[in-house]
Amino acid sequence: MRQSNTYVIVFSAILTIVLGGLLSLANQGLKPMQQKSIELDTKKKILSAVTDLKGKKGDEILDLYSQTIESIVVNLDGEPIEKDEKGGDIVAENVNIAKNFKKVPEERAYPVFKFHKAGDKESIEAYILPVYGKGLWGPIWGFIALETDLNTIKGTSFDHKTETPGLGARITTTEVRNRYNGKKVFDNNGNLISIFMLKGENHPTKALDEHHIDGMSGATLTGNGVNEMLENYFKYYQGYINKSKNATQKVALLY
Amino acid sequence: MSTQTIETTVEKKPAEALLSKRRKKFLNDPLSDDNPVTIQVLGICSALAVTTQMKPTLTMAISVIFVMVFSNLIISLMRSLVPTRVRIIVQLAVIATLVTLVSEVLMAYQYDMYKELSVFVGLIITNCIVMGRLEAFALANKPWDSVLDAVGNGLGYSWIILAVAFFREIFGSGKLFGWPLFEAIGIENFPTNGLMVTPVGAFFILGLIIWVQRNKSGYIEH
Repeated sequence: MRQSNTYVIVFSAILTIVLGGLLSLANQGLKPMQQKSIELDTKKKILSAVTDLKGKKGDEILDLYSQTIESIVVNLDGEPIEKDEKGGDIVAENVNIAKNFKKVPEERAYPVFKFHKAGDKESIEAYILPVYGKGLWGPIWGFIALETDLNTIKGTSFDHKTETPGLGARITTTEVRNRYNGKKVFDNNGNLISIFMLKGENHPTKALDEHHIDGMSGATLTGNGVNEMLENYFKYYQGYINKSKNATQKVALLY
Repeated sequence: MSTQTIETTVEKKPAEALLSKRRKKFLNDPLSDDNPVTIQVLGICSALAVTTQMKPTLTMAISVIFVMVFSNLIISLMRSLVPTRVRIIVQLAVIATLVTLVSEVLMAYQYDMYKELSVFVGLIITNCIVMGRLEAFALANKPWDSVLDAVGNGLGYSWIILAVAFFREIFGSGKLFGWPLFEAIGIENFPTNGLMVTPVGAFFILGLIIWVQRNKSGYIEH
């Protein structure tokens, strides 16, 4: 009986239904928590480009985020957009940078997160821009915080999917991230230069100018990926950066 | 027929203690004499992959024990129902379901850990220890014995990967559970060994553990 085809088929069918039902139940039941975790993770990454979140709990981070971040979405020309192709509202936090990366640059949505003093939207302290690119083994991404001059790096946060632990994965460490602080994206004439990580580590300070930082020994290819990612995204955001710069200059002239 | 006779003989005897001498063997043997990693050389892939730090290793160990205990229990309960011809697929389905559950729970409550372990939680499915125990033990034994066997083998796997992670984290990053050990005892700039953070480092440590263990137990591969 136990070996007959009918028994095997019925047994398999029942097993599949039971196990499948169990999984979909678990998935439905855990979904709210999972979405909260993902949301918290994104907001943590955004904030960690400008502040140190060590020792802060989940709810504190969400509070801090709602008080200090104002987000907008712009297109390649730097014009704010509010609707996607389907006519739905675009929320900057929900823009999937990885999915957007597959589209041509002109069609992508570019979120901008403005970090301001708690509760005061006018006194902006930093602009945080998401970046996305290819590392050595898989995707890398992160957030770059620019000072109000939209030129100097205030802070960075990077993440990766499969870079080599101890080598390329070091882009997530504060040691490497801090090397970017204070570097400039544009030269004195306002031309885009971007910032490059050199090959090899422990370069003397005088070898590093405003646009170059010390590299990671053994992870030159990941470094190249980061360089390319930054250069690309500074280009993509140039429209927005130029517009904002002009706007602040006009405001400055009025006073 | 044969199962019936065994059941009737068991009924006549006084019930066996929950942790009788025979059952203690299920727990103790896999810890050293019949260790799934160092003697049977199973589950090496994850022993190399997740052991750079203690924290993810501990999560992995707990997940594997959970999956093993419940898959052994479920398969043992179903053992008289499972058709022999599709038993491997049935085992796989049960393991995969449990692993997906673990993965979903981690995603909900331990998102950072979920990201760090990423693909390796899913790869518990392919961990030979889990399926090996189902095939070799749970299909032929009673539920409680199977649970003990799973706990024993799970712990046998866990202490090995935790030991490997202990040395890899100390010498690879100078930390323990992410806590800077050498800075705390006053050694600044401890020269960490880059080899230890690569899987090759795990091979060395695993080899040393196997060497020490076989030296002590006198076990020789035939």
